[in-house]
Order: sequence, then C-alpha cells, then structure tokens
Amino acid sequence: MPLVDGFMYPNEVELQWSVLIVLYPYLTGLVAGAFILASLERVFRVEAVKPTYRLALLTALAFLLVAPLPLQLHLGHPERSFEMYLTPHRSSAMAMFGFVYLWYLMAVLVVEIWLDYRRDIVLMSQSSHGWKRLIYRVLTLGSDNISERSLQIDERVGWLVTVVGIPSAFLLHGYVGFIFGSVKANPWWSTPLMPVVFLFSAMVSGIAAVMLLYMFLNWLRRVPIDMPCVDTVARYLFYTFIIDFSLEMLDLIHRIYEADESFRSLDFMVHSRLFTSQVIIQILAGTVLPIGLLALTQVLKLPEMARKYIYSVAGLLTMVGIFAMRWNVVIGGQLFSKSFLGYTTYKMGFVTREGLLVAIFLSILPLIILGVLVKLLPPWPAKDAILAPQPPA
Amino acid sequence: MNITRRRLLILLPAAAIAWKHILAGTPEESPNYKLTEHWWGMLVDITKCIGCGNCVRACQTENEVPDGYYRTWVERYHVEGWGSENPKVDSPDGGKNGFPPNSQTGGKNFFVPKLCNHCAESPCTQVCPVGATFISPDGVVLIDPTYCLGCRYCVQACPYGCRFIHPEKQTAEKCTLCYHRITKGLTTACCESCPTGARQLVDLKNPKDPIHEFLRTHSIQVLKPYMATNSKVFYNGLDGSVR
Repeated sequence: MPLVDGFMYPNEVELQWSVLIVLYPYLTGLVAGAFILASLERVFRVEAVKPTYRLALLTALAFLLVAPLPLQLHLGHPERSFEMYLTPHRSSAMAMFGFVYLWYLMAVLVVEIWLDYRRDIVLMSQSSHGWKRLIYRVLTLGSDNISERSLQIDERVGWLVTVVGIPSAFLLHGYVGFIFGSVKANPWWSTPLMPVVFLFSAMVSGIAAVMLLYMFLNWLRRVPIDMPCVDTVARYLFYTFIIDFSLEMLDLIHRIYEADESFRSLDFMVHSRLFTSQVIIQILAGTVLPIGLLALTQVLKLPEMARKYIYSVAGLLTMVGIFAMRWNVVIGGQLFSKSFLGYTTYKMGFVTREGLLVAIFLSILPLIILGVLVKLLPPWPAKDAILAPQPPA
Repeated sequence: MNITRRRLLILLPAAAIAWKHILAGTPEESPNYKLTEHWWGMLVDITKCIGCGNCVRACQTENEVPDGYYRTWVERYHVEGWGSENPKVDSPDGGKNGFPPNSQTGGKNFFVPKLCNHCAESPCTQVCPVGATFISPDGVVLIDPTYCLGCRYCVQACPYGCRFIHPEKQTAEKCTLCYHRITKGLTTACCESCPTGARQLVDLKNPKDPIHEFLRTHSIQVLKPYMATNSKVFYNGLDGSVR
C-alpha cells in the first residue's frame, strides 16, 4: 500500500497522534468504567457485585496512575506540561485535563480507597513488621482510630465521595470524548455523540476488565469464583454494551443517511484502510460477537463452567474491541485528508519514543501497579485473624 | 593603528560602498508601528498564479522552513466538466520546484496558493492548552515557540492543514505572514517574490489599501467558508472544487 493515496495537504502526510494517544482514552476509559462498577455496590446497593468492589477501585487507581504517561511521552516538550496547571488556556478543551485528572485522582479515587481500607490499614500497621509496617503506618496518615463511630463516619463520607465520584467519572471520560468531538475540522471526530459514545464504551471496557481480573485472580488464588457476582457483572456488561452499540450505530446511520461532503471519503476509508480494524475487529469480533455470547448466557440456562468460559471469551473480545474502537477514532481520524481527496498511512515505530514497545510497556504497567496494590491492600477478605472484627479501641 | 592621510583616502570610498550594502540589507525601520492600527490579511488572485513556486522557495529561505514541511504551498487543480466534486489535485514538494507538464487533457487547470488563513475566529488558537498560539492585536496568528508544549492539538484543529511540528524544535509552526518583516514596513517574502502579483499583503485597517477597492469590485471567496473561521486570506477566482 502506498504511503499516500490521492492528494493530501503536504503537512498532513505525517500523522500527529500515535498509538500512545490511542492508549490514553483506552486507559482513562478503563478507570471510569471500573469506578462506575464499584459505585454499583456502594451507591446503588447492588450487593451481588460486592466481591468486585475493592478490586474495581484498585483497578481504577492502577490505570489512572498510568493514564497521563502516554500523553507526557507524546509531548514535544514534556518539561513544559506543568504550564497547563499554571497558565491554562480557558477556551481549550485539553487545558482542563490536568485539573479533571487531579480532581478524580486526589478528591475521589484516593479518598474513597483510603476510607474503605482505613480500618484494614490501621490493623495491618499494628500487626505487620519491618518496612511493611512503615508503609502501613504512613498510609494511616496518623489516624488509628477505628472505633465503631469513626468507621461509621468513614462509611458515610465514603458514600458521599462515591456519589460525587460518579459524575466525576462521567466527567473524566466524557471530557476525553469531548477533546475529539469538538474538533470541527475533523468530520470523523466532530459529533456531539462522541463524549456519550466514549462514556459508554468506557463503562463497557471497565466492567469487562474488572470481570476478567476478578476471575483471573480467583483462579490464581485457587479460590472459587462467586458466580452470582460474575453473573450480575456480566449482565451489567451486556446492558451497557447494548446501549454503547446502539449509540455507535446511531452515529453510523446518521452519517450514512446525512451523507455530507465528507461521507464518500470516510466511507471509502472504512472500506479500505480501516476495514480490518473497524469492521472485522471492532464491530464484528469486538462488539457483535461478545454481545451475542453474553445474550446466550441471558437466554439459556447454561452450566457454570460454560458461563465462565463464555464470560472470559466475551470479556477478552470486549477489551480488544474497545481498544480497536479507540484506534479507529484516533488513528482513523488522521488517515484521510481534510481535503477529502486522499489518504495517508500510519507507520508505527517499534523502539521509538511513541512506538509499539513503549505502548506495550504502558499497557502492562497498570497491571504491575495493580499487582503491587493488591499485595499491599488485599481486595478480598483476609484469611487470618488480623482483619477479623476487633472490639472498638 | 596609525591612519595616514593616504590610507584614509583609500578607506573612505571602500567604507561608503560597504555602507550602501549594509543599508540595502537592513529592513526599513518602522519605529512608529502600532499594533492596533493594522489588521493583516492576504489577497490571492488565482487568475494570476502561474505555479512557479517562487513563493514556496522564498518562504522556505526567509523562515528556514525544514525540507518536507510547508508554511505555504501551491496546489494544481484539474477539473473536468461539471465534476467539481472530483478534482485531480497535485502539489509535488508543495509546488516548490514548479509543476511537471500536465498530462491531463481537456477540462480546466489552475493553481491555488495556500497558507495559514489567519482566521479571526481561529480554531487552532482556541484549542491550545496553554495559549502558546494566539492572535496578535494586528490580526496575525502567531506561535510562541518557547511556550508551545508540542501537543499537536492545534495541528489537528486547523481545517486547512497549515500547521506542522518542526522536526527539531518539536513545537508547532506555520505561516507568520512574515511578521518580522511586515512590522518593519516590508511585505511578506512570498508576496515580494511573486512575479505576477498573485499574492498581495493587505491591511484591512488601512483605508488607503487597494484591497478595499478590490473587495468592492470582485467576487471574493475564502476557503471552507462553512468552517466559520473568519478567514483573512481572500481568494479571487476561487473555483468551487477547491478544498
């Protein structure tokens, strides 16, 4: 395939946003989705998903810590990124990212996790030894009061933080969608549906990720999977996925029916350069197939083992499909000329600053961080007596 | 150093010749330049452009534009019959070295010089997260390279493909309307080098500027008017097929 097909404005041949910018909405989407799953239990009292609550919070934190790294690596001058905090340009959709990110990290996620784990942290700071003890002592932030009353206050404040956190999670990812959706120069991006589609796809990917992690970690620990929990999570995944798919189809049908001046160019792109990633991977393998599999579990009475396999396959396909969706938005939006007369090609480097190797590392890094977090703050009930209910201090 | 009368008589004419050259290379000074008294734009007369590429070369030299990137470029259009939806367009090396002979027969051919449109409602300045790119009080869209993060959002936001990231500086770049020249009373490098006068720097706040008469007596168009960017690069004779 030639690098350029047809006519591109000469400065358009080189793609500006690379695979790292594909990762950025993917990672923030996982954060928002995982948090919303956690809030199901906390705010909407869906007791069945309780076993995934803490894991969902830790997953959100692990991915949120890595989310700004692809952006930072992508900048021409990363050393100037703090200028976004010091002198943000108020008319820029991108300028608010730092503030939305910090708000979500510091005012929502970290606070909620700390409040939820406070009792455990205090107990572990008393029972552990060596450097672990030091870490837990620091994490108590000097408060070792775990009386009934103080735990009740923790619970109430935690609930409030989650209530604030839901619109914050919506803001975090809807906002990422707005960064793309507000670029009027680019008809592939410019749609008011973009933030909503991003939000629902975020929920889909986050729920799928926590479901997979929960099943994988239980398998790793040789602990039986709580099937009512996974069934409920899968049901929510199914419902959210249907809304997400409907929104994406609405966007597609609207484009086809309206057929504005960009349509022929975009249509050709979808049928040529984006065919594999959009039609095959995103729509068929990453959306229709997992929705079909999940629908089977809703309609048929399948044995537990079959459901486990179906959830695993559907979850993995979902993760791939949502990644493909981010890819098609970010990369697809740069493959065609704004003259609508030609197409360029994305050549991904391997060992470059924005290459495949870095992208793989940044995809694995949240899982490593999650591993550390899970070790430090186990999201499941402890077997030993340390964490057993203690009389009030 | 001892300067004898004889030596001085030899040196003075040499110094006079040298001084003339120094003055010739020094831009005319405009100590009285006031930002608020100007509102810059450009008039491009497509009927006059011959696609020689002088403007592209002059811009590259004047502004040290790296190879493969363009602050201005020239496109050649070939339109047959009523097919304005499917023009054949090429711009080899941005038209820097002119164009090879056209193999297409029939239809119409014309050249379209392109540059930053210095939009009064510019989407690129709107999206810059730190305000490193801005509209100067005299209507020129500029970039502060010491402040630009290199996030490339402005490149994405420009509907005309006018911006690029400088491969060494890693900051956004584009046409500045030769700001360093026009504030000293000179015209832009591209306008100065155009052999047919297809490009004219215009000052919309100057009542004596011929642009006002031109705008009154010609059908003028801007690129992609539906983008509502309030572009200040005006085209005379712009065909409907031009994107």
